[in-house]
Amino acid sequence: MTNLERHSYDVVVIGAGGAGLRAAVEAREAGLRVAIICKSLFGKAHTVMAEGGAAASMGNVNENDNWQVHFRDTMRGGKFLNHYRMAELHAKESPDRVWELEQWGALFDRTAEGKISQRNFGGHEYPRLAHVGDRTGLELIRTMQQRIVALQQKDGKTYQSMESHLKVFAELTVTEILKEDGKIAGVYGYWRETGAEVLFEAPAVIIATGGVGKTFKITSNSWEGTGDGHALALKAGANLVDMEFLQFHPTGMVWPPSVRGILVTESVRGEGGVLTNNKGERFMFKYIPDVFKDKYADNEEEADRWYTDQDNNRRPPELLPRDEVARAINTEVKAGRGTEHGGVFLDVSKRISAEIIKKRLPSMWHQFYELAGVDITKEAMEVGPTCHYVMGGVEVEPDTAAAVGVPGLFAAGEVAGGMHGSNRLGGNSLSDLLVFGRRAGMGAAEYVKSAKPVAVSDATIKAAGDRIEAPFSRSGGENSYSLHAELQEITHNLVGIIRTGSELKEAIEKIAEIRKRSANVSVAGGRKFNPGFHLAFDLDNMLLVAESTAKSAISREESRGGHTRDDFPQLDNKWRQINHIASFNGTEVSVRKQTLPEIPKELFDLFDVHELEKYMTPEEITKGGAR
Amino acid sequence: MARKLKMRIWRGDADSGALQDVTVEANEGEVVLDVIHRVQATQMGDLAVRWNCKAGKCGSCSMEINGKPRLACMTQVASYGDEETITVTPLRAFPVIKDLVTDVSFNYRKAMEIPSYKPPANLKPGEARMEQIDVERSQEFRKCIECFLCQDTCHVIRDHEENKKSFAGPRFFIRIAELDMHPLDMLKNRKQKAQEEHGLGMCNITKCCTEVCPEHIRITDNAIIPMKERVVDVKYDPVRWLGTKIRKREGIV
Repeated sequence: MTNLERHSYDVVVIGAGGAGLRAAVEAREAGLRVAIICKSLFGKAHTVMAEGGAAASMGNVNENDNWQVHFRDTMRGGKFLNHYRMAELHAKESPDRVWELEQWGALFDRTAEGKISQRNFGGHEYPRLAHVGDRTGLELIRTMQQRIVALQQKDGKTYQSMESHLKVFAELTVTEILKEDGKIAGVYGYWRETGAEVLFEAPAVIIATGGVGKTFKITSNSWEGTGDGHALALKAGANLVDMEFLQFHPTGMVWPPSVRGILVTESVRGEGGVLTNNKGERFMFKYIPDVFKDKYADNEEEADRWYTDQDNNRRPPELLPRDEVARAINTEVKAGRGTEHGGVFLDVSKRISAEIIKKRLPSMWHQFYELAGVDITKEAMEVGPTCHYVMGGVEVEPDTAAAVGVPGLFAAGEVAGGMHGSNRLGGNSLSDLLVFGRRAGMGAAEYVKSAKPVAVSDATIKAAGDRIEAPFSRSGGENSYSLHAELQEITHNLVGIIRTGSELKEAIEKIAEIRKRSANVSVAGGRKFNPGFHLAFDLDNMLLVAESTAKSAISREESRGGHTRDDFPQLDNKWRQINHIASFNGTEVSVRKQTLPEIPKELFDLFDVHELEKYMTPEEITKGGAR
Repeated sequence: MARKLKMRIWRGDADSGALQDVTVEANEGEVVLDVIHRVQATQMGDLAVRWNCKAGKCGSCSMEINGKPRLACMTQVASYGDEETITVTPLRAFPVIKDLVTDVSFNYRKAMEIPSYKPPANLKPGEARMEQIDVERSQEFRKCIECFLCQDTCHVIRDHEENKKSFAGPRFFIRIAELDMHPLDMLKNRKQKAQEEHGLGMCNITKCCTEVCPEHIRITDNAIIPMKERVVDVKYDPVRWLGTKIRKREGIV
């Protein structure tokens, strides 16, 4: 161990997407020495893919908007399974977080009065998404990347070293979160470039690793979305809450095969895009659920009028929450009304001019023109559902983002659970990572104040090192690429958009089988930038995620948001009171039920009681919230 | 639909390397990154290649394809002839780490040298007012996905390692231009610094950077040339030159 590269920090942030960078900024500004670790180059995290915008009730376009309306929309979107406190903090704080980005140099699109412009999005009552064309995620990540540099320049003046207090470790994979005596002691990992191992000693660790999409076959996520943080947290003794809820974004590209799954932003529908089947029928009118009937138009005329007069018309059903639209598309395609390549048509060319399409949806135009040979200013796109986002994640304390049960561990962004309930609204992800990224940074800073540094023992280091060496010491074992492909087939076929008990049971058995075989993965070649070696570790993480998802899904005997059971097709108000908590004992994941925190009276009273009756039991309604 | 594609892939590291011939299946609609992934999964498990989004938005899979700096995820296999061999090599301007992966840390060091955005002192959150038309100039440059193809192709550093120290490159000229044109940025001497500290003067506007930009940012016309013109204006106009000396102006407005 004498040659082991060692670092010592106050806090280590795993992940350099929006949540990780926002957490790092906050922790550094609170005076901490911060390491940021990312699997890719700095600035490439999946946040760059976010297109639509960041939801914040600034009221720049419609002054009726406020945090209460945003809170209501978020709870509705999540079918009231959200942790009320997270949804409340998120709705209250997101405007400040967006304005803060502007103070760091972000350039959002403007209204005629020169304020930050806001656009319509599914499930949001008013135009609410701060945006930059359809590349909002890039603007967010670049702004925070540049904010990091600004802080480094400031440190350079004070300490004569730009990286003494805030340093980015790019292309480094974390394989383990280390604990001593039940407390966080640091992280262990390897440089992707060389395969050399690295130890970071730190009393606080913030997980901001994003999503799990690569567990599935068709996904909008990049290779990085392998559930690393979910698995690292589980192994460190944290819980995962509600892992059955996965968001299948209704509109991914379906053709050509190489781009299958790549996202088509919801802004296309927000700007007036219409969904039709192969009969030319605008089918979404058939799929408006009862709980949304008073908010969505049931005829084309009213839906069309909404684009110009939102006060006197109901919204077009294309703008229903994502879970509803994804299921509708799935049903149309299964009924034989799909396109040649198994999707449906999404057309924006008939409603807005070519010039405006190119201005408002530039990267969509670019993406379809260059990758599919389709000119979206003239013709329809073919789209279908793609695995996009995991609502489930690390169980955290809302105010501090502290992981429940593991002192020193924090989680923010997609990897954290609770905020979005059973379904996330578009636009609520970018604001989520700003609000809770900052809170995780604050939480860690507060924790570090009173925490003593914990020394990592040699035994812990040796165990972590042995695990990295293991795949090289075997030969003729399993190939990680094929195991990954097999796992994706299982999740796609058996744990996908529509689920049933028998298939989930089969999935759990098959995942366990692959888990066994994955213990025998061997890797060809050396340690130097070896993707086969990298995938061996990613695979381990994805298997834990898939197991948590399948086991949570088989237990939830109802359909809600991003979890649809063919054998239990109804929303069940009794199930609304239940969170699933997944934990790991070192050999397998187990899932237990936990009662959802009760919504306090002042938040309960923000809703029309008749609306709550659709989601809550009569006893809950009578009680009227916690006092 | 599937066909056999002949490829030559550069494999090696900082010490040595060579092109290796492979034949791989290519399906309709696939891009070069797809077939590289197929090679990786079926023939060369340890072939090193960077990629992330696979949609031309992150700028990770930069490489040279038949000698041209390109994003592998945005390069259709069908754009080459049926019998053509596709040759992929690492970016030439940066040191090779392994196979198609190069050490691009030069760019991150340069990023740290560019003075950051300086907001107005008393502007409160939410109070900023900017016209769309004014933000659009900087927004063009903020489209940059940091693929560094412009850096790779720029002949000032492509084969001139010795210039790297004093030359930030096109990516960072647009960063400076972006801040310079930012309606609220308060730092006044950006163009002059670009000239004096970041090597703007070494660019002789051959527009190679603009040609390779996957975001179609008009790097030369909209960022480099306007900055050069203003720098020249002040530097060679004797009256304004005198003005900068007498009034100790912080820079060029």
